[in-house]
Amino acid sequence: MRARVLIRPKAGILDPQGVAVERALPALGFDGVENVRIGRLVELDVADAAQLRPMCEKLLANPLVEDFEIVVE
Amino acid sequence: MKFGVLRFPGSCDEVDALEAARRVGDAELIWHRDRDLRGVDAVVVPGGFSFGDYLRAGAIASFSPAMESVIEFARDGGLVLGICNGFQVLCEAQLLPGALLPNTNLRFIFRQVHLELVRRDTAFTCAAPPDTPLSIPAKHAWGRYHAGPGELSTMEANGQIVLRYAPGENFNGSAGDVAGVRNEQGNVFGLMPHPEHAVEELMGGSTDGLLIFESMRMAVEGARA
Amino acid sequence: MPDSATLPTLQDALALGLTEHEYELVCGHQGGPPNQVELAMYSLLWSEHCAYKHSRKLLRTLPTEGEHVVMGPGENAGAVDVGGGLVCAFKVESHNHPSAVEPFQGAATGVGGILRDIFAVGARPIAVLDSLRFGEPSGERSRYLLDGAVAGIGHYGNSIGVPTVGGEVYFEGPYEQNCLVNAMALGLAERGRLVRSAAAGPGNVVVLFGASTGRDGIGGASVLASAELDAGGEDKRPTVQVGDPFEEKKLLECSLELLDRGVVVSLQDLGAAGLTSSASEMASKGEVGIDIDVGLVPLRESDMEPYEIMVSESQERMLCVVEPGNVAEVLGVCERWEVSGTAIGTVTEGDRMRILRDGEVVGDMPVRALVNECPLYDLSPERPSAPLYPPPAPAPAAAGEPGAVLLALLASPNIASRRPLFEQYDAIVQSRTVRRPEEADAAVLALPDGAALAVSIDCNGRRVAADPYRGTLAAVLECAANLACTGALPLGTTNNLNFGNPEKPHIAWQLTEAVRALGEGCRALRAPIVGGNVSLYNEGRAGPIYPTPVIGMVGRLPDARAAGRLGFAEAGHRIALAGPFAPSLAASELAKLRGEPLPDGLPGFDLDALVAVIGAVATAVREGALASAHDLAEGGLAVALAECCIAGGHGARVVVDPGGVLETALFGECSGCFVVSGEAAALDELGDSVPLTNLGSVGGEELAIDPAGGDEIVLALADLQAAHGGGLARFFP
Repeated sequence: MRARVLIRPKAGILDPQGVAVERALPALGFDGVENVRIGRLVELDVADAAQLRPMCEKLLANPLVEDFEIVVE
Repeated sequence: MKFGVLRFPGSCDEVDALEAARRVGDAELIWHRDRDLRGVDAVVVPGGFSFGDYLRAGAIASFSPAMESVIEFARDGGLVLGICNGFQVLCEAQLLPGALLPNTNLRFIFRQVHLELVRRDTAFTCAAPPDTPLSIPAKHAWGRYHAGPGELSTMEANGQIVLRYAPGENFNGSAGDVAGVRNEQGNVFGLMPHPEHAVEELMGGSTDGLLIFESMRMAVEGARA
Repeated sequence: MPDSATLPTLQDALALGLTEHEYELVCGHQGGPPNQVELAMYSLLWSEHCAYKHSRKLLRTLPTEGEHVVMGPGENAGAVDVGGGLVCAFKVESHNHPSAVEPFQGAATGVGGILRDIFAVGARPIAVLDSLRFGEPSGERSRYLLDGAVAGIGHYGNSIGVPTVGGEVYFEGPYEQNCLVNAMALGLAERGRLVRSAAAGPGNVVVLFGASTGRDGIGGASVLASAELDAGGEDKRPTVQVGDPFEEKKLLECSLELLDRGVVVSLQDLGAAGLTSSASEMASKGEVGIDIDVGLVPLRESDMEPYEIMVSESQERMLCVVEPGNVAEVLGVCERWEVSGTAIGTVTEGDRMRILRDGEVVGDMPVRALVNECPLYDLSPERPSAPLYPPPAPAPAAAGEPGAVLLALLASPNIASRRPLFEQYDAIVQSRTVRRPEEADAAVLALPDGAALAVSIDCNGRRVAADPYRGTLAAVLECAANLACTGALPLGTTNNLNFGNPEKPHIAWQLTEAVRALGEGCRALRAPIVGGNVSLYNEGRAGPIYPTPVIGMVGRLPDARAAGRLGFAEAGHRIALAGPFAPSLAASELAKLRGEPLPDGLPGFDLDALVAVIGAVATAVREGALASAHDLAEGGLAVALAECCIAGGHGARVVVDPGGVLETALFGECSGCFVVSGEAAALDELGDSVPLTNLGSVGGEELAIDPAGGDEIVLALADLQAAHGGGLARFFP
């Protein structure tokens, strides 16, 4: 089955990319933007959806600084 | 002959580029918020990590006020040189075709590389002596040149490939060993290696980079004459 | 921590790392039990990391003054005069425990921290070097740590535009569970432009600028940096700080512009213990008080407690003191660099450090007690009666014919080419780098007046473990020898003392002996200590690390164009061995490869004689008399010869007098010896002032070593290159 894993910086962890983008957007005329957080998306086909969580904990995400969210289609 | 060297927050090699340009002409820094290019004859978009390279290398810088003026300057035929991060900025700004992706080994690599000069009849290479490979350092993590299907052959047909890595030197995995490309009009040139770091015998032994700046001076002064 | 309404107890103080006695002293200074904010601040400033409570008395014995010293220990970085109206500020610092928990961010923020120390004194950072220690690279975890640390150092240094020009790495079992990540930085400033950190002028405004404050590294200084690492490492993860080199690049330019404009009275970076340490130290040095309103500090998370704000180790922040009339200009400069700047406090008369939130006092402490009255402890050194370290595991390749042994040494992790590592660092940005890694024994950086700086960082911990006194002296001499090979004489020294738990008598003995040698070596070389750092409690489950007093030395040569190289330059040049050759296999690289236990002590040497040799070689190089110079280190004479061949791309033909045992002559190690090459007349002239043995000549495509009376060793240059180049590269596919 097709699964998507969304990985983003944990709440409270500094996200330098998010900060840089948040500062750049108003310069392009996009006002009212706050709390930009930049993560990544991993798409994969898996036979056993139960493996997704340990996969994330071990490899796909760094539990030290990142949260993840699993979406199975 | 006056060069303008852009400076973004996060630029690192802008002073090196400034000093290299000063070996062949005048040069000054232009702050990224400044729309006024102050009458320069050529623009250098320098190396470094503009805006931390966050989101994508060169992406945020390509929208800077100074870059809006550079885009206009280029449309009017002005010479624009993009080095490393500057090359990435020019691709993001669509002044040059293609894109730069992470090196295939996913590491930042600093290495002195040998380059083949594909064309000597450009505004950026006309000072080069014939048949000499160039030795210029490269240092980047996002230097793998990529062009869409068919685009690379179109570019080749148009003579837009100016520099290639010599055999065995393409450490970043660039398509077609491409190290430097120009636009169709021939007035915008981007390359991953750093010519501004090959201008002084004392610092590593090669002065091959100087010919890029010297070529630009010759092109500007030739056009003026 | 308990609810802020109730006062913390002795138990809380113990959990924060204070002893019962120290807690009682705190109560005495406070006139009763401290509240939460006060206890948090005392516990950090009275930690080993901030107070140096087990090392300060020893450090006082080190030489800190000399003709070139402009600023000695006590400031963010020390500085030496380099001529031409310029000074060089430099310092080494450790980030060992954070790197063991998360190697990429730990190493990255280590670089960020040492760079801030440099620009906090008003110098523009011009170079970074690193000193790394891991377990054997055959181990998966060691490779993970190495990979992460190297990538982190590169990420930060490359992104901020400061070249990483040199460094060293050793792989040894005792670092398996406690890696070392030390970073050194150098900066240049005009002589009159150095700024100190002492706050001054009651009524002046305290401005915090840079990144916002989050919960990064809360308790990091006392919990992470002052306790032995154990299996609980994983649980400490949330306190790791994330580095942002882009923010620091802006902070650097912003700080230097503020100093250029002369609008700040003093400047300080926020490092370990964050605002607590930087604000209280500014007040202490200036003999003033300070009020900080934590309600004004820009936060990343709005619900932070006052004590969290005071101890946060969020990176990329600076603190400055500004006269009220200049605040608007300071904030304007911050704005131009897109750096957030906020007035958060005031310098006051007297001796109180007061923490306020929205006008209400939430902490109030005497500055002097907080900063200077942490009790200092005497060590109880005791020479161990039994070996502290198990013998290393033998490497089977290190047996057989001398030629095979030489190839095995060249491919061994401690000798093999570091190219796969240093290729990840930008070594040339800023256009000062005259010698890149593997071109010379020290990095060489051009100065504007045509002179050059040379810089080296070194320490062979195994030799220090075998003999803390002579091993440390050898590390100091090694640095000076590296400088000499480029033609430089030392100006000053920095050091990072990485040791185990000093409360254990045998560790105390290692530390005491090492500091004694450090002082003697630096005195003999006229290379005073201008700053440094101490990292204690470096122990894992299997025991302490090798004692590792990392030495960083900065020198100067008058003409950058004369900077020496290590590689043989030209066929036909004569090759000689300079220095009192007294090789020994004790604690050598070969002994390690063979799994031999560490000896109890190293052979002695005549310090003054070695210092004279080092000086003579430096002079010969700077005068342009030598075509190459390389000092003998790990692997001895044979490895040094091979390295000269590899670096220069030339073969060599030499005759070695075996003296006693051939293997000892080829692979034995000693201090103060050099392989030099050049015209015969120039070598003869060097021989007038130092012991010199002619070995042979440069040329051909192979290294041929003829041991007078024994079988010749002949190895093709390509085979030497393959062994040396592949030793570490195989771990970096």
